[in-house]
Amino acid sequence: MDILRIATAGSVDDGKSTLIGRLLYETNSITQDKIEALESASKRKGLDFLDLSLLTDGLIAEREQGITIDVAHIYFSTPNRKYIIADTPGHFEYTRNMVTGASNTSVSIILIDARNGVVEQTKRHFYISSMLRIKNIIVAVNKMDLVAYSQEKFEAIKAELLGIAEQVSFEGQTLQFIPISSLYGENLVRKSAETPWYEGETLLDSLEKFSTQNSELSTIQARFPVQHVVRPKTEEYHDYRGYAGKIASGTFLVGDLVEALPSGQISKIKTIEKFGTQLESGNAKESVVITLEDNIDVSRGNMLVKVGEQPESRKEINAKICWLDSQMLTVGKTYLLQHGINRVKAKVTNISSVIDIKNMSLSNEAPADGGLKLNEIGWISLKTASPVFADKYEENPANGSFILIDESSNGTVGVGFVE
Amino acid sequence: MSTFSEKTTVYQANDSSFPRELEDEAIYILREVASQFEKPAILFSGGKDSITVVRLAQKAFYPGKIPFALLHVDTGHNFPETIEYRDWLVNKLGLELHVRYVEDSIKQGKVKEETGKYASRNALQTVTLLDAIEEFKFDACIGGARRDEEKARAKERIFSVRDDFGQWNAKKQRPELFDMLNGKIELGENIRVFPISNWTELDVWNYIKEEELRIPSIYFTHEREVFERDGMIWADSEFINKSEDEVPYKTQVRFRTVGDMTCTAAVLSTADNLDDVIGEILSAQISERGARIDDKRSEAAMEKRKQAGYF
Repeated sequence: MDILRIATAGSVDDGKSTLIGRLLYETNSITQDKIEALESASKRKGLDFLDLSLLTDGLIAEREQGITIDVAHIYFSTPNRKYIIADTPGHFEYTRNMVTGASNTSVSIILIDARNGVVEQTKRHFYISSMLRIKNIIVAVNKMDLVAYSQEKFEAIKAELLGIAEQVSFEGQTLQFIPISSLYGENLVRKSAETPWYEGETLLDSLEKFSTQNSELSTIQARFPVQHVVRPKTEEYHDYRGYAGKIASGTFLVGDLVEALPSGQISKIKTIEKFGTQLESGNAKESVVITLEDNIDVSRGNMLVKVGEQPESRKEINAKICWLDSQMLTVGKTYLLQHGINRVKAKVTNISSVIDIKNMSLSNEAPADGGLKLNEIGWISLKTASPVFADKYEENPANGSFILIDESSNGTVGVGFVE
Repeated sequence: MSTFSEKTTVYQANDSSFPRELEDEAIYILREVASQFEKPAILFSGGKDSITVVRLAQKAFYPGKIPFALLHVDTGHNFPETIEYRDWLVNKLGLELHVRYVEDSIKQGKVKEETGKYASRNALQTVTLLDAIEEFKFDACIGGARRDEEKARAKERIFSVRDDFGQWNAKKQRPELFDMLNGKIELGENIRVFPISNWTELDVWNYIKEEELRIPSIYFTHEREVFERDGMIWADSEFINKSEDEVPYKTQVRFRTVGDMTCTAAVLSTADNLDDVIGEILSAQISERGARIDDKRSEAAMEKRKQAGYF
């Protein structure tokens, strides 16, 4: 059984919670006691409808203020696959949460209120989804019941978004528009009789067909970051030396010639193991132990790649960065850069531009106040203390991103995408 | 009033298989714990979730040994079957087990035994836990909590930073991007780690089935003295203060979740094997924590306990 990871985001009132609630309800993923709890909580709030946001707004502060503060993870499954939804808040620290929630997903559902059409939030959502190179975008035009299921309205929204897509979309990204009503379940799981003019699939049918991120990652160049060296030193496994890690991308086969980075030493894969079971190959996202024919220098933070497929060795990194901290990113400051599991010191040498999402334009100057602020996206250059073996994010998302850690607070303050 | 009175189609989740990707993810997390921390421990309750975590740790470091000790906070009100199971597992895998007792925290005057009908030591164990973390200088504590259990837990990170006082601050959580885990902390702080965050109750059961794991017998049907309170079935024991009209009787039950005897309700069941247990969960109308008396205290019961350092 595979897992499809989905990001949803949207404004407070565009019916996102109702949409998620519907999916849970129709797939039998919500139990009677939870529905009853929702009913009584909704009544207490004086509502005459089932407020499904109460299902996802898990924190006291969220319920008090009626807003979603943090990313919530929601689970449901069909006979076909398991789904994980990262539901990101509409207003509060929008960019930071959206990037966090969407960072592992292969589908992004953008919700639009049919009455309001494309708003600034929609553009932001679209831009971030494309920046993260999320392959499938579903634009769910919701509340169609409130515009009398107007095809004209739907087509107008579609045309406007296609215009935006021209600027930010990338090759291979799919874009689907679905007219829905979460409240009445139109075109979510059941095809709607209200939209005879719509020939596409329901939302769930689309979700059921998407390929997962893993299957795509398995087809690109292989990267194996070593997390842990297994050396039991018992009698039975006296000379055993296994490299434990999760394959970031690609496929490794027993017998593959591999190079260890940074040492550059070469050996051959002897075994690929999972809890003692010997496999013929290992694919992206699988946690395995690899043993080699020769004793070469490999330790935690190193990377195994196939000979002839080395990523660039970088001591200077140009990256797009999304800033997640209230303290500005400034030129000259040193951070800890974590690429996968490997950490190196890195100094910011330049901030070249900041993006204005509202107008979808770049300012080609350094920011006026000298730094990147919370929720801003910009282009920076970094110098690292030792080489980082990263790919371009667009070529290998699993080996092309990093986080920045502020050593004074230990917080994760930024996320970067290698250019 | 329900807007959802009518389902548009009928979808039935099935028990087809366990998504192995979840195991790969959990093993990755456990390996990060071993590398990023000096002295990690697994918080072991003897319940199915912590049993799953131990299994994952066994697989993550094979053929090496599990590099974590087990810490059990014993409320003194445990099901004896759970303790037997714990000792069997520790012995089988050659693990290091530390047990700390809520009873001792009470004797030291650090916490006060609750009184009344709903008296439980469940909330008290937080103090014992925090003391044990300090005593052993654990910098990471691995727990079997899952995001699908409860809505405050749905907001929990995989690496969850706790301050000097063990407190969780929901608003100050570190963003977790892709699979990069940042476990950097100051001395005195510690991290709670939740490797099976993305598993559902059904995933855990399917995993136990596919891995053929032994679990404590109270997860299967057995005859027990019970009584009814607040629409739930309570196991009768000397630790519970019953009123006169709460008359115990014998019936066939099992437990869906295993806390201590004062905070876990039983369900009527004839399931004596894993397939039947899974079948019951698939058709259940009540969620897993619906049988947790500790969560019924208020809508925010879990978040409040977590703020105070509960796991």
